[in-house]
Amino acid sequence: MSDVYIIGAGIHKFGRTEGLSGRDQGVFAMRQALADAGVEWSDIQAAYGGSMAAGKADVMLNDLGLTGVPFVNVFNGCATGGSSLASARYAIASGEIDLAAAVGFDKHPRGAFAAQPSAYGLPEWYGQTGMMMTTQFFALKIQRYMAQFGISRTTLGRVAEKSFRNGSLAEHAWRRTPIALEQILESPMINDPLTKYMFCAPGEGGVALILASEKKVRELGADAVKISGLAVRSRPPGSFEVYAPGLDVEDGGKPTIMASKAAFEMAGIGPEDISVAQLQDTESGAEIMHMSENGFCKDGEQEQWLLEGRTEITGTLPVNTDGGCIACGEPIGATGLRQIYENTVQLRGRGGARQVPNSPKTAYSHVYGAPGMSGIAILEV
Amino acid sequence: MTNLTPIAEGLWTDGDAPQLIAGKRPDGKIVFPLPLGEAAKTMTLHPLAREGILWSWTRQDFKPKPPYDGPEEFKPFLVGYVELPGEVIVESHIVDAKLEDLSLGMPMEFVIIPFDDTRSTYAFRPKS
Repeated sequence: MSDVYIIGAGIHKFGRTEGLSGRDQGVFAMRQALADAGVEWSDIQAAYGGSMAAGKADVMLNDLGLTGVPFVNVFNGCATGGSSLASARYAIASGEIDLAAAVGFDKHPRGAFAAQPSAYGLPEWYGQTGMMMTTQFFALKIQRYMAQFGISRTTLGRVAEKSFRNGSLAEHAWRRTPIALEQILESPMINDPLTKYMFCAPGEGGVALILASEKKVRELGADAVKISGLAVRSRPPGSFEVYAPGLDVEDGGKPTIMASKAAFEMAGIGPEDISVAQLQDTESGAEIMHMSENGFCKDGEQEQWLLEGRTEITGTLPVNTDGGCIACGEPIGATGLRQIYENTVQLRGRGGARQVPNSPKTAYSHVYGAPGMSGIAILEV
Repeated sequence: MTNLTPIAEGLWTDGDAPQLIAGKRPDGKIVFPLPLGEAAKTMTLHPLAREGILWSWTRQDFKPKPPYDGPEEFKPFLVGYVELPGEVIVESHIVDAKLEDLSLGMPMEFVIIPFDDTRSTYAFRPKS
């Protein structure tokens, strides 16, 4: 098994780009990633990628070049990016090839996502009665968590305040203006306790990564970041997930906890060794709960962590250094790879105004999506 | 309310004290709603308790996109999960309460409510 490295990372600015399809944004990101890696598209031996709502990824070949490269379309919801990266990594780790690409992009209409019950094996009445809503799920999950572990509404606001502040320092972010805590707390309620500015919005964007074997890294003399842990897990029985009309009375665990454990085991390190983390922040509450589900703190400690600014760029564990989904928006197929793009930037010391100080050595990313899937990647330099 | 049609057939039992209909797996696990298709074949029907405790809650403050099929004029509504001890935790509309009245573990009871002019659905309300 060869170690696998990221040697190129490209991104198309997240947000809204009129006149450019989701796939065009993927092509833009891929060209940037190739240039960053110092390789040509014709050098790529396998490609993996996809989108949720912006079509098949392999059509990109018309723009990038019909080189005959095997291109696998990945259609795996919020785990599309993570699954593409995992597939590219397997291909290189197997020793079969030395250079692969992973790409994710998307372009969603405005407003909350709408899902069809039948696509999730659920009865029509669940959608008709207005309960099949991702925003409700996140509100219901954090509402209970707040009551159980003493998390305040102010802490929810502090998470979003940090997101917008970090987003203002990231060129690829959508929301680039800091928003005051009071304004976040007083913005219109979406699903109590979550207000408008605490939620991410469906958006657009594209990200591409070039992966290489150790041999190729040496050959190119590349500025490489090692993928030291990678795990994707679907939900166990009895876990509380999106789109659940009924839940088991016995808590059966969570896909994030399972994936996190597996990724740490593979990397041979623990949460205390991580220098920077990108955690799924569909809304403020998700970032808070994911801090503990990924093992970075105990349930309830987030209140103190946020108060002390421990997750700020200058804190002991910077979280969502580019503003996360809250500031970048959520193009489903691209989000997972954006987190890895950001971690690559941080580990290479190219973060500019948002660079985590003291040369971070390890970076962690976590993506979560319907109907209960988590993907973790741990990078090291 | 007697002239309202239930939003779905077989979702709750008829009679003066209706109960949500869940499925019981051979291993005793209760599943709500009754699954569609293959998974349902191994299950027996299990009417759920009419009383439980509030597990979580929120208010839907914006009109959901379709397939939401509620009244044209949207009014925010409460939803939550109610734990039916020893059975299952069900997602439900919550009625006869204000957001600020709700708290973890409060006793709740089952009720059938109008969904729109022609249809009824199920809900829970704080136990009086």
